[in-house]
Amino acid sequence: MENFSLILAIVVVTALAFDFTNGFHDTANAMATTISTGALKPKVAVAMSAVLNLVGAFLSVEVANTISKGLVDETGIRPEVIFAALVGAILWNLLTWLVGLPSSSSHALMGGLIGATIASAGMGAVHGDVLVTKVLIPAIAAPLVAGIAALLATRLTYSLGKKADGDASKKGYRAGQIASAGLVSLAHGTNDAQKTMGIITLALVAGGTLAPDSDPPMWVILSAGLAIALGTYLGGWRIIRTMGKGLTDLQPQQGFAAQTSAATVILASSHLGFSLSTTHSVSGAVMGAGLGRKGGVVRWSTATRMFVAWGLTLPAAALVGALAEYVTGFGAWGTALVAVFLVGSSAAIWKISRREVIDHTNVNETEEPAGVVTTAMAAVTPPPVGTTTEELSATIPAPSSEPTPSQATV
Amino acid sequence: MKIDWAALGSVFGVSLVVTVALVGLFTLGISGLSRRERAVAQGDSAALAVTGAYACFAACAAAVGYGIYLIVA
Repeated sequence: MENFSLILAIVVVTALAFDFTNGFHDTANAMATTISTGALKPKVAVAMSAVLNLVGAFLSVEVANTISKGLVDETGIRPEVIFAALVGAILWNLLTWLVGLPSSSSHALMGGLIGATIASAGMGAVHGDVLVTKVLIPAIAAPLVAGIAALLATRLTYSLGKKADGDASKKGYRAGQIASAGLVSLAHGTNDAQKTMGIITLALVAGGTLAPDSDPPMWVILSAGLAIALGTYLGGWRIIRTMGKGLTDLQPQQGFAAQTSAATVILASSHLGFSLSTTHSVSGAVMGAGLGRKGGVVRWSTATRMFVAWGLTLPAAALVGALAEYVTGFGAWGTALVAVFLVGSSAAIWKISRREVIDHTNVNETEEPAGVVTTAMAAVTPPPVGTTTEELSATIPAPSSEPTPSQATV
Repeated sequence: MKIDWAALGSVFGVSLVVTVALVGLFTLGISGLSRRERAVAQGDSAALAVTGAYACFAACAAAVGYGIYLIVA
C-alpha cells in the first residue's frame, strides 16, 4: 500500500511538471505576436498571460471531466501508464522548446498516452480512426482555417485602414491585440490547465484514492492552475521568438488580425465540437497574416521545420511513452529508473539551452538560435496558399519512417 | 472512419466570417478615431465618425464578451 501511494505521488508531481512545460511552451500562442509587435513589453505580456491562465483554470472543470471520464477506459489504467505517458510528453515539450519550435502539447500528451497504452495493453487498445479524426485532420485543418481567416482579415484591415495613422491607430491596434491575446490566454487556461487536472484526477481514480466519476478536488485545480501560470510566466522565449519573429515579420495590423483569427478559431472550434490545437491555429494565423500584407513574406524553411515537428510530435512522444512504460513494467526500480532518466534528460536539455540563452531581453532579435537545428534562413517568395496543403500532407506521414531523433534522447 | 465534415465546415465558416467581421469593424473604429485626430488638428470636430467608431468598438467588445461567455460556459 505504501508503494502504491508513492507511485501516485510521483504521477501527480510529473503531471504538474508537464503542466509547467505546457505553460511555458504555449505562452507563445497567446503572446508572441503581442511581444513581437511591441504592443506589450515582454515581461508584462507573460505576466498578463500567466494571470489569465490561472483565472482560466478556475472557470470550469468541463475539459478535465472529459479527460478523466472518457478518453481512456479507467478500469484498465494503472498509474504507471499515466506516468510513462507524461514522461514522453514532457521530454517532447522540452526538446521542441530547445529548438524553439511551437508544437502541440496536447498531441504530445496524446502521443505519450497512446505509446504507454500500446506498451501495456497491446496494439489493439488504440483506435486508428480516432487518431485520424482527432489528431490528423485537426492538425491539417487548424492552420488552414486560421491562416485563411487571418490572411483575409489582414488584407481587409490594410485596405480599410489605409487612412488610419497616427496615435489613434497605434493605440487602437495595441488595445485590439491585447484583448485578443487575453482571450487566447484565458481559453488556454480553461483548456490546458484542465487537461492536467483531468490527468491527475484520472491517476487518483486509477490508484483508488478517488471514487470513479468524481470531479477534480480543489487542491488539484489549484496546483494545476499554479503550475501552468508559473510556466507561462517563465515564458518559452525560444518559441515566442520563432512565432513572433521567425515565421514572418509582423506589423501591429497583422499581429491584431492574426491574434483575432486565432482566438476566433479556438473558441469556435471548441464550441462547435471540432477541437483544434491552439498551437496549430496560432501558427497558421501568423503565417496567414504574413501572407496578407503586401510585400510580406513567410519564411518557409522555419515553417517547414515546424510542420515536421508537428508530424513527429505524436509518434515521438508515443515512442518515449512506450519505452518508459516498458521499463516501469520491471517493478519499482524500473519506475525509479524512468524518473531518474526524466530528471536527468530534463537537466541536460536545460544545460544545453544555457549555451544560447534566449529570454525577455533578446526575444525580439530576429536571429535564429544558430547551430541547434537551424539551417540558413533565406526569405523565400511565398508560394500560393494552395501549396500549403500539399506541404502539410507531405510532412505529416513522414514521422513513422524517422522517429530516430527522439530515440537518440532516450 | 467518420469525419465530421459538417462540424469542420461550420468551424471554418464561422471562424472566417467572425474574424473578418471583427477585424473589419475594429479597423473602421480605428479609422474613425484617426479621422477625429486629423479633424481636431484642423480645428474641426468629427462627431459622426467618432460616434461610428464607438459603435464599432462596442460591437467588438460585445464579441469579446461573448467569447468570455463561451469560455466560462
